[in-house]
Amino acid sequence: MTWEIVIGIETHTQLSTASKIFSGASTAFGSAPNTQASAVDIALPGVLPVLNRAAVDRAIRFGLAVGGTINRRSVFARKNYFYPDLPKGYQVSQYERPIVRGGTLTFAMDDGERTVRLTRAHLEEDAGKSLHEGLPPALGDVSGIDLNRAGTPLLEIVSEPDLRSAAEAVAYAKSLHALVTWIGVCDGNLQQGNFRCDANVSVRHPGEPLGTRCEIKNLNSFRFLAQAIEFEARRQIDVVEDGGTVVQQTRLFDADRNETRPMRSKEDAQDYRYFPDPDLPPLDVDDAWIERVRAAMPELPAAMRTRLAADGISVYDAAQLTMSRALVDYYEAVCKALPATDSTARKLAANWVLGEFSAARNRDDIEIASSPVAPAQLAALLRRIADRTLSGKMAKDVFDALWRGEATGDAAADAIIERRGLRQISDTAAIEALVRQVIAGNPTIVAEFRAGREKAFNSLVGQVMKASKGKANPAQVNALLRRELGR
Amino acid sequence: MTTIGALSAALRARKVSSVELTREALSRVKSAQRTLNAFITIDEQGALDAARAADAALARGDGGALTGIPIAHKDVLMTAGLRTTCASRMLERFVAPYDAHVVARLREAGTVLVGKTNMDEFAMGSSNENSFFGPACNPWNPACVPGGSSGGSAAAVAARLLPGSTGTDTGGSIRQPAALSGVSGLKPTYGVCSRYGLVAFASSLDTPGAFAQDAEGCALLLDAMAGHDDRDSTSLDRPREDYARELRAPSRAKPLAGLRVGLPREYSGEGVAAEVAAAVDAALTQLRALGATTVAVDLPRVKHSVPVYYVIAPAEASSNLSRFDGVRYGHRAERYADLADMYCRTRAEGFGAEVKRRILVGTYVLSHGYYDAYYLKAQQVRRLIAQDFARALAQCDVIVGPTTPTAAFAIGANADDPVQMYLNDIFTIAANLTGMPAMSIPCGFTSDALPIGLQIQGNYFDEARLLNVAHRYQQATDWHLRVPPGFEA
Repeated sequence: MTWEIVIGIETHTQLSTASKIFSGASTAFGSAPNTQASAVDIALPGVLPVLNRAAVDRAIRFGLAVGGTINRRSVFARKNYFYPDLPKGYQVSQYERPIVRGGTLTFAMDDGERTVRLTRAHLEEDAGKSLHEGLPPALGDVSGIDLNRAGTPLLEIVSEPDLRSAAEAVAYAKSLHALVTWIGVCDGNLQQGNFRCDANVSVRHPGEPLGTRCEIKNLNSFRFLAQAIEFEARRQIDVVEDGGTVVQQTRLFDADRNETRPMRSKEDAQDYRYFPDPDLPPLDVDDAWIERVRAAMPELPAAMRTRLAADGISVYDAAQLTMSRALVDYYEAVCKALPATDSTARKLAANWVLGEFSAARNRDDIEIASSPVAPAQLAALLRRIADRTLSGKMAKDVFDALWRGEATGDAAADAIIERRGLRQISDTAAIEALVRQVIAGNPTIVAEFRAGREKAFNSLVGQVMKASKGKANPAQVNALLRRELGR
Repeated sequence: MTTIGALSAALRARKVSSVELTREALSRVKSAQRTLNAFITIDEQGALDAARAADAALARGDGGALTGIPIAHKDVLMTAGLRTTCASRMLERFVAPYDAHVVARLREAGTVLVGKTNMDEFAMGSSNENSFFGPACNPWNPACVPGGSSGGSAAAVAARLLPGSTGTDTGGSIRQPAALSGVSGLKPTYGVCSRYGLVAFASSLDTPGAFAQDAEGCALLLDAMAGHDDRDSTSLDRPREDYARELRAPSRAKPLAGLRVGLPREYSGEGVAAEVAAAVDAALTQLRALGATTVAVDLPRVKHSVPVYYVIAPAEASSNLSRFDGVRYGHRAERYADLADMYCRTRAEGFGAEVKRRILVGTYVLSHGYYDAYYLKAQQVRRLIAQDFARALAQCDVIVGPTTPTAAFAIGANADDPVQMYLNDIFTIAANLTGMPAMSIPCGFTSDALPIGLQIQGNYFDEARLLNVAHRYQQATDWHLRVPPGFEA
């Protein structure tokens, strides 16, 4: 009998505001512990929260981007529990009335598109961090608390249980990641924990009601998300096939052992005693606020994909480019710097941005923002390919030189071409001379070609290229060689 | 120590200096400590420094109405550099790094902070008996309670240690001790004074306010304390008001002509001591003599105030007090086995019995499966009570009645009966549930020479009217000028 895996995902995205959700303290990452925690963040007696409207702007922007409903009134509630990194003894979150209700996310799989329904997205504050290692030995056996992260704004995005495999779950998470970074509500930094997923996993036979689910907490990479779901689904199937029943639990994924482990079960689930926070009036969002956010909304990936493809590049390339806002921005900047922007020029630009440029970035692990090759520099290089100054092979060498920073300025490619004498030879007379020289000097190979061995032709092309020190235009060499040999 | 108004005039006329006044206040405060225990912390040096600065300002001609006036703050309001204990072992040595908004406003107005007054722990109580630093006593009879939770602030003004003080009122914590100690106390509209720096008991009810001998003193203090604060999301942004404006109008024969005084049927009868009822009746006669008319009004659902309050206030308190966990500041148990044990021991040791009782009640009413039946229901009834008041205040301008059912009771008398203790707040709680302003002024004495308080309630933002009614009554009576024996100037 076949099994169906059912997955819903809750994602905590850190909103990219300069200050915290209820205080003026900075949200910058990596500062010395407790240097970015104000009186409000450490919950001194008597302090009160004030909502950061920039966090609300971002929540609304997300809601509009997924086609959700922006609730005109939402309510902040307190989620009460004790933990050392939770300074107030409660987390301020939205419970019964979140700011965003509904919406969908559509993404591509190899066998077609999927559309996942979103349940809700709500604003809340992050907790601090408990530090169990790396503390000065003089302190002895203690744990430390860093409250720099306490009060950082989060948008928790909850999907319906619409996903049916680990691969789908990962594709959903990647697509969501692309969207939140695209619309600028989250920087998407996974290492810093700015995009964390919890997976709700259950199994059933197709057509049956939903099985009992387990929640796997805090998966901060796409690989872990996939591994955790694979393991958990297998575990649940084994439990049921062995005649047992799945117990509703919260589980943790251990990446070292590649397994999930129980954290707490429903019986000892905490009673969070939610109630509306009396320190924060209900959040009222009027039409003017929504329209202000809508007006500042960037072009969304789906719309941009359609536009790029209509401008002449392949649908596949358009999809690849729109995986990342920075990448497509780079691509558009390259196109803008090209003299001609017909579909041929665009295709060339797309090939280079997705090809050499992305390969170099991945190899050296460099962000687009700090790329050593500026869009205008790449455009100047592409111009020399288009005007046949450079062969493809020569262009790659020039690109590598640009990447290493061998010249500066928009015309850096020309400087490198000049310095290395890389100008392609397209002068027919000059190439003819070389072709004749090679035919005269290699009678055996010419004889083999005439005897019908096509391979011998390639050898002759190689000889001509060698004689030109690689600078001869390969297409011309081919044509002239065939003409001369045909005589 | 006479009234704030009289002292203010004397200071500005340079008939007395702030340093002289402050020395006298400090001397009276210290000598009364043994009998009244009204203070938790006395700041002699800070007070004298502030007094010298005030004198310098007065010499330059820069003085305002409150410049140089010695006052004290309830120890639930944060004072930068001076410890703030909330009368709890939990914060026994806690020194705040910042001033509460109302504390800062009063500093800017030139007041001289003499010290921090005794109170019920975390403002939970009606007798000041729930203080880690021992009970404060009633100046009229030190065997009796001064009321609570702002007991020390009321006792200090009653005993003329100071001309004025601050308090906070969550269910009557200014008005009930004002009544029991024989002083004037004002709880303004919720949101008029910022709660920033007030250690939260019940956030939707907590209201900073003031004590003084007379209505004028309350008005002058409120002038300084009121104002928008963008650090408190429940603080209201309204134009500045001169709360004493109506008080300055010249006296006429019938200064309250046209005033309609509402008398709720629910505020008389059962439970109100005969002497209290008689004093309130006499006060109503006085108000009529001043030109007011009286009209019977109905508050059919006000009888639910106490149970509604004892759901909402503990619910909010149970959450508000979670931050006292021994992790970052305040008391931490010396020995513990693990994290849970650290929490348990810290909170078991740090909180007193009444605070624990309310945390337990609040935790219960918010628990899964009980929330709808208790908290949600209480919030619904709260709105109905507010509707009762809105309807009544359409027929009258102010609502008048006793502040408390009885005068001050003996220390220990209600110690074993929390419900009896809670019923002390039966008349005061509604103003916190609705957020409307209310005050209590002295209106007589019992045969045991204990003060009786008259409560005057009004509609939102009607503080100036309440103060004027109190002021006209005080111009015609001298209850507020009576001084407890042994505390004469």
